[in-house]
Amino acid sequence: MAAGVAAWRGFNVTTVRIAFVLLAVVTSGVAVALYVMAWLLVPAAGADASIGVKARSDARGIRLAVGLASLVILALLVASAVNDSWFIKWAWPQVLSVAGLVLIWRNAPAEEQATLRHLVEPLEAATGARTSHKRTAVRLTIAGLLLVGGVAWLFSVHGSIALLRPLGAIALVIAAIVLLLGPWWLRIARELVLERQARVRAEERADIAARVHDSVLQTLALIQRRADDPAKVIQLARLQERELRSWLFEGRAPNEIDADLTFAAGVRQIQQDVETRYGVPVEAVTVGDSELDDNLSALLAAAREATVNAAKWSGADVISLFAEVEPAEVSLVVRDRGQGFDPEAVPADRKGLAESIRGRMTRRGGTATVSTAPGEGTKVTLKMPGGTRPPQGGHPGGHGAGGHGGTGPPVRGGLGGPSPRGKT
Amino acid sequence: MSTPRVVLVDDHGLFRSGVRAELGRQVDVVGEADDVQPAIALIGELLPDVVLLDVHLPGGGGQAVIQAVKADHPQVRFLALSASDAPEDVIAVIRAGARGYVTKTISTAELADAVRRVAAGDAVFSHRLAGFVLDAFAATPSPDDLKPSFDPELEQLTGREREVLRLIAQGYTYKEIARELYISVKTVESHVSSVLRKLQLSTRHQLTRWAAERRLN
Repeated sequence: MAAGVAAWRGFNVTTVRIAFVLLAVVTSGVAVALYVMAWLLVPAAGADASIGVKARSDARGIRLAVGLASLVILALLVASAVNDSWFIKWAWPQVLSVAGLVLIWRNAPAEEQATLRHLVEPLEAATGARTSHKRTAVRLTIAGLLLVGGVAWLFSVHGSIALLRPLGAIALVIAAIVLLLGPWWLRIARELVLERQARVRAEERADIAARVHDSVLQTLALIQRRADDPAKVIQLARLQERELRSWLFEGRAPNEIDADLTFAAGVRQIQQDVETRYGVPVEAVTVGDSELDDNLSALLAAAREATVNAAKWSGADVISLFAEVEPAEVSLVVRDRGQGFDPEAVPADRKGLAESIRGRMTRRGGTATVSTAPGEGTKVTLKMPGGTRPPQGGHPGGHGAGGHGGTGPPVRGGLGGPSPRGKT
Repeated sequence: MSTPRVVLVDDHGLFRSGVRAELGRQVDVVGEADDVQPAIALIGELLPDVVLLDVHLPGGGGQAVIQAVKADHPQVRFLALSASDAPEDVIAVIRAGARGYVTKTISTAELADAVRRVAAGDAVFSHRLAGFVLDAFAATPSPDDLKPSFDPELEQLTGREREVLRLIAQGYTYKEIARELYISVKTVESHVSSVLRKLQLSTRHQLTRWAAERRLN
């Protein structure tokens, strides 16, 4: 409205607004009613009919306006019982303002209407227009009682309402300003929120795009260039599959540091490292889980050695890794269907099996048994007794992890961080 | 035994044609469907020996197909096939009545073998499913964990069943397990079927809770 006047007379909008507010204060509310009337009758910029014209065809709105106006009259009558000059001074501008505001609300643009509706919902409940809002009604009743009580208390203290008069005028002007400018403020706030949401979405999208580029697209490019080497292609596909799987299903970014590495996570790490380094698929299944301690770290180190041996020497096309955490014992089996070997024929200077596996286990009270024969594959069974603790904040059962594709790699770097492999 | 008649249910056309091409000579692929409703109609019409069923379908999980078909055609057997390996999916589809579960990365020979096994009425556990089951049945359930109607025999695995599952989890074939444990292949099969029955009928709260917990990790 103020903008309309400003455009018409060539004044600054803000100046006009300030003038309106001053006018409203000086004429103790009469100007508010005039403002509202003008709003009703003057078509908004770009609109073909004024709100007033639209309002005439709005039966429910008019009913509501009349209802609210009568409520105001009632309130004013009560007030006049206290001091009759109030009624005369305030009644008609107030009634007109309220009725006008309701009509404006009814016929405002949908967006503004939603905001206004939100604002006046309690009022509607009070007039009984929405009986379903029982709670609001109860709250309003209590608030009304409190108000009446408060006013009564003020009377009893001061004996006169002389003090209240200026207060009332200020409150009314503030209310008028809030009603008129509120929707605009709210819209600004809402737009800010929407903008922030859009920005967050855009960032997420960029993050996903970066991740897909660093991993999937890079791998696809590599696969195209290595199309003549099936083994390499399979290895790349497996690596990528596991990385993607751990990101999608476990929310773990590739190469993010696993702060509290558990036993099962250690097994997955072996799986990943061996697959990456030797290009042999490792199928890992773990049952249960435990916090890592020195014994279990030794067990993992021995298991890693056994898995690496299998990848290097067995010639098998897949290695199985099976770990089970039981209260009394942790066992780990590394098995391949490869060529096997004759344990007696292993040269004495080959330290792998004797030292790295058997020695590690026995020093900690565990056992390592190897069953193999030429052509029969190899099975290394490692057992470490006692004292397992379920992982902190985890579940009691542990992971059913690994397998074709396997589960997550242990992690370094952050979400959206650079890929471990160089860009092509 | 004659070649099993198979219906493929998977929403990825590429995957279906891949499996059809690979299995073509070893089983008789009589039909394909890409969602729950078409699958139910097609299976009812063709009555195949085995349905290879993807756990994830757009119009509901694979278990919706099993439940709908089981009511009218209990003789149709289901083998669940999934890329997800999410434990609660696996458990749900097994408890709905699938005779087995294998991952999509399974080799062609193994898949054909699994189809024949399911057609013959046996159960098929992938190494991962074996791991899940061992995990889920790990602890002795406390009475609080069981619904009132529980049957103690159903709630625990025998030592032998546990051994068989461990070997499956290590990638052993049934034949290798039989040799390892000095029992017949038929006995291995009966142990696995018994585990399947327990998995389907157990009243353990733990089983569902366990699967749900996995998802959170």
